[in-house]
Amino acid sequence: MNWLAAIGRFALGSLRALGHHAFFFWELMRTLPTSLRRPYFAVAQVHALGNLSLLVILSSGLAVGFVLALQTYYALATYGAADSVGLVVNLSLVRELGPVVTALLFAGRAGTSLTAEIGLMKAGEQLAAMELMAVDPKSRVLAPRFLGGIVAMPILALLFSAIGILGAYVVGVLMIGLDAGNFWSIMENGVDVRRDLGNGIIKSIVFGVICSFVAVYQGYEAKATPEGVARATTRTVVISSLTVLMVDFVLTALMFSTR
Amino acid sequence: MSRKGIETLVGGFVLLGIVALVFLALKAANLSSFSGDETYTLLAKFDNIGGLKVRSPVRSAGVTVGRVESIALDPKTYQGVVRLDVKKSVQFPADSSARILTSGLLGDQYVGLEAGADEKNFAPGDTIKQTQSAVVLESLISQFLFNKAADAGSTPAAPAPATNGGKK
Repeated sequence: MNWLAAIGRFALGSLRALGHHAFFFWELMRTLPTSLRRPYFAVAQVHALGNLSLLVILSSGLAVGFVLALQTYYALATYGAADSVGLVVNLSLVRELGPVVTALLFAGRAGTSLTAEIGLMKAGEQLAAMELMAVDPKSRVLAPRFLGGIVAMPILALLFSAIGILGAYVVGVLMIGLDAGNFWSIMENGVDVRRDLGNGIIKSIVFGVICSFVAVYQGYEAKATPEGVARATTRTVVISSLTVLMVDFVLTALMFSTR
Repeated sequence: MSRKGIETLVGGFVLLGIVALVFLALKAANLSSFSGDETYTLLAKFDNIGGLKVRSPVRSAGVTVGRVESIALDPKTYQGVVRLDVKKSVQFPADSSARILTSGLLGDQYVGLEAGADEKNFAPGDTIKQTQSAVVLESLISQFLFNKAADAGSTPAAPAPATNGGKK
């Protein structure tokens, strides 16, 4: 009967964790209006999470654009459709790769720093000190970081897609020698603003919520020891990456289902 | 860093994002294609619309003058009813005809409008009377094969197994 108890324990544990997440999310939401009264804290977090992530996002976007253009060119040239390289690159970037890869990079670059920062604040008893001074650490520390992440993610995803398309232009038109007019016009005809670009932006906002929430939660719930912070940082990357990939599948199935 | 400095940097970051959005929307997507122009509606009924989709282009002489707005099935005649959004600046004579054509051998399908000679123009909401359905490749091939078979039927055909004889 031991194994039956193990299954039960696992199920109850997962449910408890889920409930804990939900309550934490609700508490965080309740503090948002208070923290919006001092928007500078959130702006500073946009700088820390967005501006400082620009380099890694832009360089990976450019690299992804280069590689995508080369690979789709080889495949499409077989069918004499090499001019559609731009369209294929644009659709895959705007719909999928832009939001998803940006979210993965964001979890690695910005999510970890959030978790480590909040975890260390907890380990150094700064959060407890705030509570003693009747300052709610959720609205002073967590909410601005959460908001900053949500603002920064869609902007980063847009920049990722835009620079990826420019990279595809460099490879396709300048290096391979496709016709520039065809490159842009086929792209323009095949990409719909609302269906493709709009859904991509919605995706990146959802991923921004997921990544920042996971990072903030793990930091706040970290054990107040060096190992505890280290483990929480690792968990941030693993949990947000897996959640982003799964949610992306669900969102894609909902958004781009053929009627 | 000073508060002002950080705020300036974040402002630049947001501005960069807006530039990316404008670039993606205007240069790399179809927002710029006559979204500002006013349009009027024409209806066309086809026996078979083939692979026509909503938002497929409407072209006249190869120039894009509109988009397919919606596609539905007429429950009485079992014809496909295609609603076309055509630019206001382009008026067509009332005896113009619509055809479903394919750009290139494997390209997307579009509605081709051919101007007639009538003095009156279509009023918004009119139905185009002369239409020609999409060419379905399967029916074309089967027609071709039946013709071949009919030709072959008159002359004694070579025994079919002979061609397969070498293989198992």
